[in-house]
Amino acid sequence: MANMSPKKQPMLLLNAEDRAETFAEVALGYSENEAQIEASRCLNCKNSPCVGGCPVNIQIPDFIKLITEGNYEGAYQKIAEESALPAVCGRVCPQERQCEKVCVRGIKAEPVAIGRLERFVADYHNNHMTDNKMPVEPNGHKVAVIGSGPSGLTCAGELAKKGYDVTIFEALHIAGGVLVYGIPEFRLPKKTVQKEVDGLRKMGVKIKTNTIIGKTFTIDELMNEDGFEAVFIGSGAGLPKFMNIPGENARGVYSANEFLTRINLMKAYQPDSPTPIIRPKRAIIVGGGNVAMDAARCAKRLGSEVYVLYRRTRAELPARKEEVEHAIEEGIVFGFLTNPIKINTDEFDNVKSVTCQNVNLSEPDATGRARPVPIENSEFDIKADAVIMALGTSPNPLIKSTTEGLDTNNRGGITVDEKEETSIPGVFAGGDAVTGAATVILAMGAGKRAAKSIDDYIQSKNK
Amino acid sequence: MYEIMDKRELNPTVTMMDIYAPDVAAKAKPGQFIILRVNSIGERIPLTIAGCSKKDGTVKIIFQIVGATTLYLNRLNKGDRLCDFAGPLGRPTELDGLKKVCIVGGGVGCAIAMPVAQKLHEMHCTVHSIIGFRNKDLVILEDEFTAASDKLTIVTDDGSYGEKGVVTEPLKRALENGEGYDEVIAIGPLVMMKFVVATTKPYNVKTVVSMNPIMVDGTGMCGGCRLTVGGKTRFACVDGPDFDGFEVDFDEAMKRGSMYRDDEKHAYEENCRLLNSKEAQ
Repeated sequence: MANMSPKKQPMLLLNAEDRAETFAEVALGYSENEAQIEASRCLNCKNSPCVGGCPVNIQIPDFIKLITEGNYEGAYQKIAEESALPAVCGRVCPQERQCEKVCVRGIKAEPVAIGRLERFVADYHNNHMTDNKMPVEPNGHKVAVIGSGPSGLTCAGELAKKGYDVTIFEALHIAGGVLVYGIPEFRLPKKTVQKEVDGLRKMGVKIKTNTIIGKTFTIDELMNEDGFEAVFIGSGAGLPKFMNIPGENARGVYSANEFLTRINLMKAYQPDSPTPIIRPKRAIIVGGGNVAMDAARCAKRLGSEVYVLYRRTRAELPARKEEVEHAIEEGIVFGFLTNPIKINTDEFDNVKSVTCQNVNLSEPDATGRARPVPIENSEFDIKADAVIMALGTSPNPLIKSTTEGLDTNNRGGITVDEKEETSIPGVFAGGDAVTGAATVILAMGAGKRAAKSIDDYIQSKNK
Repeated sequence: MYEIMDKRELNPTVTMMDIYAPDVAAKAKPGQFIILRVNSIGERIPLTIAGCSKKDGTVKIIFQIVGATTLYLNRLNKGDRLCDFAGPLGRPTELDGLKKVCIVGGGVGCAIAMPVAQKLHEMHCTVHSIIGFRNKDLVILEDEFTAASDKLTIVTDDGSYGEKGVVTEPLKRALENGEGYDEVIAIGPLVMMKFVVATTKPYNVKTVVSMNPIMVDGTGMCGGCRLTVGGKTRFACVDGPDFDGFEVDFDEAMKRGSMYRDDEKHAYEENCRLLNSKEAQ
């Protein structure tokens, strides 16, 4: 008999007051007992809508059933059949918009906490099992993967499982992409990412850091000189957007990418890090996505008073629900229906305040989204000494500009067909480089599909 | 990888190193830069490529000791290795079709100007070089510039070597004399480039400047290196580092460039203190 509690089993969190002092992980995960209680809420329903809600189609009821049987490693293996990064996805997936959104239990009460259970299983595996990943019999074909973020890691892992000789090229000095430079330690511990990357290395995947495709090597060279039969581009959406308002280049205005990279990749919050960062008294974050929440919560941990300005309402916040809740618990203040129009500076060009305007939401337009409409004479100033723009990112143009014949759309995303193949035969792409900024799990889904297509492409070519 | 194959002190604060990085050396062109980290907790710093040997697989860097990272870099010797060395980044300086060019270099900026002068010289372009330093002790790369230039003018602020004064004076004379340059390429401190542009503008001689702002990733991801060019925000790492000098907002660039000056100074002093106390033990 299923546990009919209407509420999810809560997960232990770090005390909100203590969080301002530390970058340690906030959500502490389920104990075995808590996992059992939550797993027993799953009805194991026949049509399992959750599986269809998952971008990589994890067999969710099956792995939850294995938890109820106490077979945690079996549950992990069940997830691993479909997902290369369970410990990551259990932490960062927007489950409320995917699997948990369509959970039958969610119709009348709270859905099953699928994400928390996934995380439990992955952490259990990582804490109790020594990975015995080994290279499989090589099939003699070389594939290049550009970028070591979620799509690249997934694609490389899938191909390595089939015996491909895979090399990942990473521009930065460590592998992981947005998982290491973007998502903060308190939400995704870097040792979790490192573990996934190490797993790929054990499977024989080579990772070449400090290598910028388009600069150090071109795709043409990889294919025509270095013997790679196919290439997967997972270069992400690295290019930050700005608002183009006055004062945006003042001292103290960061893109969220820069602010987060200094903190997460370069560890600027640690006293021994030589990478500098401003520690603002009051930081204003502009935007409402996960990146805005990450930037806000990082600023809080640097000792700032933090305001998040968003031009719509709480209901429209694109961020993961849990991140918004955690941000509010941490004392971050939200200014909804507010749009910055000017950044004001002192005589040294340091940020001193932000002039904002109140907005109303229009009736939903053709796309179904309400447009913010400025309210006349509603301008007001907020004092601040740092402004962080978290307005989204566009695909990085470096590869496009150095690869002849690679088609992109008007937003800079690489054009692909349903098999993730680009306009160049043998060159595939996926993740944010195609879609613009999206989620880890969607990027993983694309990496997985591309791996399948690459396998088909190479096998049919070599028949 | 990234072994220091050669090291030479050009003056008390400027050092030249050849780094083994064959992939970078194979592609590097004048005007491009690299990003390096000295050790595994080090910051990423951009340095413009001062030359390379494709045969030996080495890339030449020349740096001034200004902060903690360059201080640590300077303590490494031949045979030591850098932790990371990525590149070549940025767009190469556009040199095609140039017949007569004036290169203006200031201080350590001459390190970046040198490969540009050499390349132009190889292309049989007429090269006039004007290089400026604070004093005689800080003069670097005189032999290299002599070899690569049809005419070389050295100036020092205090007149202890070459002409007394600043680079804009001989530049203005040359422009007045109607030298007819296709282009002036200015590389040095922001304030120098600002005044070079002010000097050339009345003569309407195209002036290219090389910007070296604060950077983190160097691939267009962070936007820390942004500057205003022709009223638009551009990223030095992917759109530059070279820009049309007439269009660059130098005042803004100078303010942004000093964003972490206090941190840098503090880190430098702190590290000097640490290193000295270690040596004293």
